[in-house]
Amino acid sequence: MSLAVRPEREIRPPAIQIRGVEKRFGDATAVDGIDLDIQEGEFFSLLGPSGCGKTTLLRMMAGFEMPTAGAVLIAGADMTAVPPYERPVNMMFQSYALFPHMNVADNVAFGLRQDGVAKSEIAGRVAEALDLVQMGDFAKRKPHQMSGGQRQRVALARCLVKRPKVVLLDEPLSALDKKLREKTQFELVNIQEKVGITFVMVTHDQEEAMTMSTRIAVMNAGRILQVGRPHEIYEYPTSRMVADFIGIANFFTGTVESSAGGVVTFRAQGIDAPLTVAGDLAPGSAAAVMVRPEKIQMGREAAIGVDNSVSGVVKEIAYLGDVSIYHVRLDSGLVVLVTNANLRHAAEPAVTWEDRVHLSWHSGNAVVLP
Amino acid sequence: MRVAGTHRELGRRLVLAVPYVWLLVFFLAPLLIVGKISLSESRLGIPPYEPLIDWAQSGLAMVKVSLNNYVLLFEDDLYVQAYIQSLTIAGISTFLCLLIGYPMALGIARAPEKARGPLLLLVIVPFWTSFLIRVYSWMSILRDEGILNHALMAVGLIDEPLIILNTDWAVYVGIVYSYLPFMVLPLYASLEKLDPSLLEAAADLGARPVRAFIAVTLPLSLPGIVAGSMLVFVPAVGEYVIPSLLGGGDTQMLGKALWDVFAQTRDWPAASALAMAMLAALVLPIALFQRLQTRLEEEENR
Repeated sequence: MSLAVRPEREIRPPAIQIRGVEKRFGDATAVDGIDLDIQEGEFFSLLGPSGCGKTTLLRMMAGFEMPTAGAVLIAGADMTAVPPYERPVNMMFQSYALFPHMNVADNVAFGLRQDGVAKSEIAGRVAEALDLVQMGDFAKRKPHQMSGGQRQRVALARCLVKRPKVVLLDEPLSALDKKLREKTQFELVNIQEKVGITFVMVTHDQEEAMTMSTRIAVMNAGRILQVGRPHEIYEYPTSRMVADFIGIANFFTGTVESSAGGVVTFRAQGIDAPLTVAGDLAPGSAAAVMVRPEKIQMGREAAIGVDNSVSGVVKEIAYLGDVSIYHVRLDSGLVVLVTNANLRHAAEPAVTWEDRVHLSWHSGNAVVLP
Repeated sequence: MRVAGTHRELGRRLVLAVPYVWLLVFFLAPLLIVGKISLSESRLGIPPYEPLIDWAQSGLAMVKVSLNNYVLLFEDDLYVQAYIQSLTIAGISTFLCLLIGYPMALGIARAPEKARGPLLLLVIVPFWTSFLIRVYSWMSILRDEGILNHALMAVGLIDEPLIILNTDWAVYVGIVYSYLPFMVLPLYASLEKLDPSLLEAAADLGARPVRAFIAVTLPLSLPGIVAGSMLVFVPAVGEYVIPSLLGGGDTQMLGKALWDVFAQTRDWPAASALAMAMLAALVLPIALFQRLQTRLEEEENR
């Protein structure tokens, strides 16, 4: 899990404002009342499982779908009823949707020709856009003569050449293989920073969203669960659903015993000693404490002077190379996941199957969720 | 393994042989016979043409080849007219089919998926009735005292019957009606394959629907347009039944002229020459079509 956080940006007027937008297809509700502001210059991601409504929301920004209720504002102007060909946004399609009967240069020039840009200007702008995505040498190629990665670049150039207010990206990297995808993630971010245009990306890949975005909206069942910077979403989820969807999470369900000074004492099922966790919830309320596997220390000896401590037996070890995931079964039968970075070369693993281990974590590294 | 391989090879050849033998026996052989007859002189008798090879008493073979029949085709105004009229009627009919068929095909391709099957079925349904019967029914519709004129007069659009039957108009109606499915089906096949996100991309880049249609839909459905036009144009050029039943005395299409020369004048060599010339006139567009089709397929498969 990458935790690299992109630098914050100054807040400018919203590039996109979604106001109480709903979208229903017959009986099915795809988008169920969403309010959202996307700031100018942001790289914003809509993240969620398939069918959560993220693509429908993006298509309403592009103008391909009309909201059943609510309004879509682009750069302050109400665009709810404006057809796609009059909106100052351009979309990069999942399939790239390059025109197969036109070469690369004509594909990129298409949008400029629709706007009646002077011929002399078109050539220059097309060349500039193709250079930006390093496809300058491919101007005369047809789409079928290029690889997936090359097509992806051309599709991006076709979006950027019109200098839109917002670029919409629908799963832009899903058609690329893993290595190329990781490389392209950074290229896309670099290009976005260079041109300074607002990007809104739909993705189901959380790592992709975390790596590339300034902010992420986590969606499920037509609603936004949480909006925040990547580290906020990961470290401080506001709901169990978000915590579960992003990364791996251990949940301890139970009830709040007491709450004072921003610290909650928590009685968890299957754990004898009370847990302490930063937070503020009314005593007696049912809740869950969430701890990320990498926030848990593991050792053969019981740690002294720690906030929270449990012990159990190692049942499974998943070796992933850079890290290993340990499945530790507590005496109550509860299984806790712990990840440990494999810092040293090979060597004897410190902990192995059927070892009794003690787990501990700092109360500030856990979150209590209602 | 080797034996199995040879067996498979044998099987492959057998399967290939069937269409080749079929074409040889039922197409190439008759064509050669027609070609042969077209080179001989006509005469009274059975068969009504001179043999090409004359066995002289000395055992010498005399080959008598005559190009008279072909020369006649260009000299006789009747034939030249039939050619021009055939190509004109077929050309205009093809264009009309395209004009009516394209919106139909586009409509079916854009219809909800569940509706496409039934709509396509409706296009094909006329084939369940004999072609001849359908053309005959048009006679009763288009007659002076027919359904169409009755209806138009009842509505008050016209005072006296329109004369449609036995004119070129009726021929156009007949050909367009009969061949429309051959235009719609290939058009539908190419329009249905069209990725809808291409049109969305065009709209997204600023193209209004009409522009998007001209810049994207039309060029990408070109293979369908060409295939459909060929399927209508080629048989329409040689159409015999429709001009005979619906056309008038001055509708002189090749198929009809051919039959007249063959059956009435009993000039087999002239009729054969006419048939050969018709074939030659059609080979060129078909060859062009084949080349275009191969090129487009290659592009698609890459």
